[in-house]
Amino acid sequence: MTAPPAPVPPPWALLAELTHACPLHCTYCSNPVELTRRSRELTLAQWQDTFRQAADLGVVSAHLSGGEPLLRQDLAEIVAAADGAGIHTQLITSGVGLDRDRLARLTDAGLRSVQLSVQHADPADGDRIAGHRAHAAKERAAALVTGAGLPLGLNVVLHRHNLGALDALIGLAPAWGADRIELANTQFYGWAFLNKAELLPTRAQLAEAEATVRRRRQQLDGRVEIIWVVPDHFEGTAKPCMGGWGAVSLTVTPDGTVLPCPAAAAIPGLDPPNIRDHPLRRIWEHSAAFTRYRGTAWMQDPCRSCALRERDFGGCRCQAYALTGDAAATDPACRHSPHHTVIRDLVDAPAPPPQALGRPRRPGHPSRRVETP
Amino acid sequence: MTAWYPGPAPGVLLRADRVRGVDLLLLPERVVVLEGAAGEVLRLCDGTRDVPRIVRELTARHPGAPVATEVPAFLDRVRKEGWLR
Repeated sequence: MTAPPAPVPPPWALLAELTHACPLHCTYCSNPVELTRRSRELTLAQWQDTFRQAADLGVVSAHLSGGEPLLRQDLAEIVAAADGAGIHTQLITSGVGLDRDRLARLTDAGLRSVQLSVQHADPADGDRIAGHRAHAAKERAAALVTGAGLPLGLNVVLHRHNLGALDALIGLAPAWGADRIELANTQFYGWAFLNKAELLPTRAQLAEAEATVRRRRQQLDGRVEIIWVVPDHFEGTAKPCMGGWGAVSLTVTPDGTVLPCPAAAAIPGLDPPNIRDHPLRRIWEHSAAFTRYRGTAWMQDPCRSCALRERDFGGCRCQAYALTGDAAATDPACRHSPHHTVIRDLVDAPAPPPQALGRPRRPGHPSRRVETP
Repeated sequence: MTAWYPGPAPGVLLRADRVRGVDLLLLPERVVVLEGAAGEVLRLCDGTRDVPRIVRELTARHPGAPVATEVPAFLDRVRKEGWLR
């Protein structure tokens, strides 16, 4: 077999995790449990070079995220580098640290839109989930963004402690001038995986939430787009994670590690390459980390012979590893997985009483390791 | 009704993708691949031309093409999507 390999389609999008530092300490954080220290972060010149390389490769859209990207004092210069390379930029922020001057510098540099995280509709509950008094700052940030004429989206990570407030959470979108709200049921990576028992909702909560989403979509049709990210633990179907491994987008972490998805560093033996060491094109097209689960040839049964393999790509590799110990296994969220009972047992288990859970573990300062409960 | 001078909605960027050889509309959470003459039409929507002028310019470039019947309807559809204002 010496047929030349098919060319690798270029990526569309880049998730730039500019820093792991964050004023918030959300228990659902999907960042890795070992956060990157600030001294290990890429420099401005390295990010500028990364965006030039990304644009040459085919990237047209970037999410500037973290941690809290506003903690990078050179954020406007980073935005300018991406925009100058022809890449559409969206800031993903907690809103903490955004003031009028900062926003003006970012828009002057070419920032195109802002996505603001919200933890709860009730300020006190929101602050408790975030581990920081942030809710009022978020409302101010929303007013600044809409006042500057930028499109505003809200994103909410949903879990047991805020699903009951979903109706009011959706109401924040029209109240704050957002044209989009993304409702993402918690994905259990990083810190969220540690806190799984504390975060998992009940089936009844989810059923009510889905009814709320249907009703609010009708009410807000044409004004606010409501995105409901399906909770794969409850549906019996695997999510088409990342649109396929190494197919649509890539992530660059604060220290320059390049990953097929933000959680992939947890997969052992992946040996992800670093932008400091290799050209981005070679990483995307040829690195072992990006080619390992690209396409369908790596699949085992039941995926290998499944009609859905080109639609769901076998689900999520990180979840397969976390729950089965084998990153090439069928995602246990899928009802066809031989390990599906792992998921069913989790979601059908009676909710543990709060006092049995201990304190949730929160991402702290990046130089610190896991807090002991 | 005042004349409409179509221009991209906030956060919307029209770009020629030199890697893929296509025109794109870049939106906050979406990339739209523009087919046929869509890119050429939208490139004229820079907020300085009203619709009759856009039609005139395209007709001059493409004599005989059904510009006058198709372009205004196309622009309306793009406005309804929220990509033009």
